[in-house]
Amino acid sequence: MARTTPVKNAWRAIAWLTALTVGLTVLIGAGSIFGEDSTNGAASWAPKLALDLQGGTQIVLAPQLESGQTVSGEQLAQAVSIIRDRVDASGVSESEITTQGDRNVVVSLPGTPDDETLARIQASAKLEFRPVLYTEVAGTATAEETPDPAATDSPEGEAATPEPTLATTPTAAPTDASDLNWITEALFDKYSNFDCSSLDNFSVAPADEALITCEADGSFKYILGPVEVEGSTITDASSGLVSNSQGISNGQWGVFPTFNAEGTTAVADMTTRLFGFDDTDPRNRFAIVLDGRVISAPTTQGIITGGNPQISGNFTQESAEILADQLKFGALPIGFEVQSREDISATLGTAQLNSGLIAGLIGLLLVVIYSLFQYRLLGLVTVASLIVAGALTYLVIAYLSWRHGYRLSLAGVAGLIVAIGFTADSFIVYFERIRDELRDGRSLTGAVEAGWKRALRTIFAAKAVNLLSAVVLFVLAVGNVRGFALTLGITTVIDVLVVVLFTHPMLQLLSTTRFFSSGHPLSGLDPNALGAVYRGRAQFRTPVAAKNKSGASREAARRQTIAERKAAELAGSARDSSSDGKDS
Amino acid sequence: MASFSKFGNDLYTGDVSINFIGRRKVWYALAAVLLAVSIIVPALRGGYVFGIEFTGGSQFQIDSVEALTDPEASIEAQNLATDTVVDVVGDAEPKVTVIGTSSLRVQTEQLETDESNEVRDALAGAFDVDTDLVASSFVGPSWGADITGSALRALLVFIVLAAIMMAIYFRTWKMSIAAMIALLHDIVITAGVYGIFGFEITPSAVIGFLTILGFSLYDTVVVFDKIRENTSEDGSESRRTFAESVNLAVNQTLVRSINTGVVAALPVAAILFIGAYVLGAGTLRDIALALFIGIVVGTYSTIFIAAPLYAQFRQNEPEILSRTKRLTAARAADKGDK
Repeated sequence: MARTTPVKNAWRAIAWLTALTVGLTVLIGAGSIFGEDSTNGAASWAPKLALDLQGGTQIVLAPQLESGQTVSGEQLAQAVSIIRDRVDASGVSESEITTQGDRNVVVSLPGTPDDETLARIQASAKLEFRPVLYTEVAGTATAEETPDPAATDSPEGEAATPEPTLATTPTAAPTDASDLNWITEALFDKYSNFDCSSLDNFSVAPADEALITCEADGSFKYILGPVEVEGSTITDASSGLVSNSQGISNGQWGVFPTFNAEGTTAVADMTTRLFGFDDTDPRNRFAIVLDGRVISAPTTQGIITGGNPQISGNFTQESAEILADQLKFGALPIGFEVQSREDISATLGTAQLNSGLIAGLIGLLLVVIYSLFQYRLLGLVTVASLIVAGALTYLVIAYLSWRHGYRLSLAGVAGLIVAIGFTADSFIVYFERIRDELRDGRSLTGAVEAGWKRALRTIFAAKAVNLLSAVVLFVLAVGNVRGFALTLGITTVIDVLVVVLFTHPMLQLLSTTRFFSSGHPLSGLDPNALGAVYRGRAQFRTPVAAKNKSGASREAARRQTIAERKAAELAGSARDSSSDGKDS
Repeated sequence: MASFSKFGNDLYTGDVSINFIGRRKVWYALAAVLLAVSIIVPALRGGYVFGIEFTGGSQFQIDSVEALTDPEASIEAQNLATDTVVDVVGDAEPKVTVIGTSSLRVQTEQLETDESNEVRDALAGAFDVDTDLVASSFVGPSWGADITGSALRALLVFIVLAAIMMAIYFRTWKMSIAAMIALLHDIVITAGVYGIFGFEITPSAVIGFLTILGFSLYDTVVVFDKIRENTSEDGSESRRTFAESVNLAVNQTLVRSINTGVVAALPVAAILFIGAYVLGAGTLRDIALALFIGIVVGTYSTIFIAAPLYAQFRQNEPEILSRTKRLTAARAADKGDK
């Protein structure tokens, strides 16, 4: 084995690690200088702190209730859970969501939330698909003048000629949702007098009745049939650029819901019926209604059987993402409005954080002392590795804090301090393996390589368990637990990176130095002190009295002075020098 | 150091061997006692004490408080509010937050109506405001049933996946079972400490708890990997019985176990010390306590519970049994010769 190969590998690994560290540093540095305009704001060298350490904003949401309507505890609990999902979807910020009294929901968020975050939280996001019965440009009195091609074929003749009595019941019971008998005289009169600017308040007609509403931007006015597809049948939703039938993107953002079996059937039934209308008839169109407003009312160009329609409208990338999240987590059982929005202080404050950090430093110092005591100068490799791991962790946290809204809570700080133990264990496992190989009589370079192979397997297996717990908790759990899982995952990955790209290369390099390879007593890898006497399976050499199984003499051997033992071992090591490489 | 590394050498060669496997009945008995105490004592004390994050509680909002504008005044006000509440309700652990520039929010455990009125009056007195400006209400749990449910589900999935992963990696499900029993042992004892001392279970404590699960399994995997290595090297003509191989592996990794245990426990002990003695009760103490106990118990259970259980689970497999019998017979004959 050429001695240069491990050395080359070692330098290569260290180069990778340096590249990674420099890359992260440059990225965050650039973010802090040029990041002002990005959606995430400028990067900061100090990780953002969570609610418990830094405080944030408290938003009190009150339900929007009609008179006489009440909120049940169940509805409130459901609302809390949905709002939490929505907040979590925007990053790992460890927000706190509770109920207050018997009707309000209190959302505490770290930092100062922008309007988008507020919109994300409070919108009910009740989505419905309703067939269009009648439409015209808002603000015009007569249907004939509408420029909308879909509405040119005026259905006025069918829509019951207005009579002075304004009947509230249809002339015949409607047979399906597109039946124009839904439009009673009273309804049409209301429609004629309906002003889109009055559509400020959230109010949705019961699902089994016709609805008068407008396009979200107020440009069109509609009479819609009863609900045909409920938003609650949506199981998942994503957002992206809308593409046409040739798969070419038209540059518009859209939302792509996935329906469950019930929803798929309902969509198919609805589109089958609507497709039967001529595409100049408004009844060919269906309206996608969100919180009582039409976000788009496309013409039916085919029968949708797959349960994957596209919703396009006036979306930006951000609003498409928000709607997709809202659809995914379901509509709130009731609409909410912001009652108050105030800054709140930290509950723990900097005293706890500082004490935590001081405790961490003391702990680290104790670990350093213990490592040096146990492993002599090799302990310095542990300390250096911990520093490298600490620096990398810091960079990754700063990066996540900037790009993904990660915030460090006191529990997170404690988790990081505990990670010192997990990380140091990788080194301990490795060093003990090297010592074992030295005891087997290998040369130091051989012991480093052989010990590494065995240690790496153990480290990978054990870290895989940690990573598994981090991933499972992150994917399945909600709230604070996700933040914890992320911290655990980060430290585990960094730990493996450091041991592979730093600790092992350092030992490869150190093992070629005279200080370590000669087994200097202070190196922590002195083969004599490690009693390199074991020559293979059950094949003992007996240089010292220690082989005598009597307890007393063993005790005596243990109490030999270092000089005595050295002398005894030196005598043995001469014979032992050719044993390098046995027992692979 | 010399004596410790000599100790390590002797453990490695087998010169010094602590009989972890052979004396398993002692460890099992000890575990049984600890488990019983961990379950019975909290039960006698009337169950666990959960923080208001789990149960909800009472909330007081004091409006029109003067001089909350600078951070120091805020901290003073927070301390004053804490002391005021503790004076009225001794065992309350109030969470005080400054809202905006002139309000304080105090959250405590659920109080009885008259206690609540007393606290209200006391707070009004302490901050020199009219009682009408102190609004009391009920605050719901921020860590509600849905979070607990999802965390428990995640935990179960993790444990099942970890068991499958270990079974595949070690190629024997018996190691998985032994590791899981040791894990259960750690969980019950760590939880028991909270119940025994009546410490409040907060979200921080739960998170500390989850860390312990990871640590316990992690430690077990490291030691089991050495056991796997040793026992797979044993041929049918090995001079050690299966149990002896397992025992040797535990002894050979004992120095690692001690070093890891110490290194992991030191920073936590520092947090625990500072958290409990300098700051008094709080998040840091809650987390550090769970972690400290968990690390000690987790390291201990690998050696004293998981490894002996594994040896026991496999001792009746035909190959292992015949090897043990052959070796026992050979050793008896050896003795007879001498």
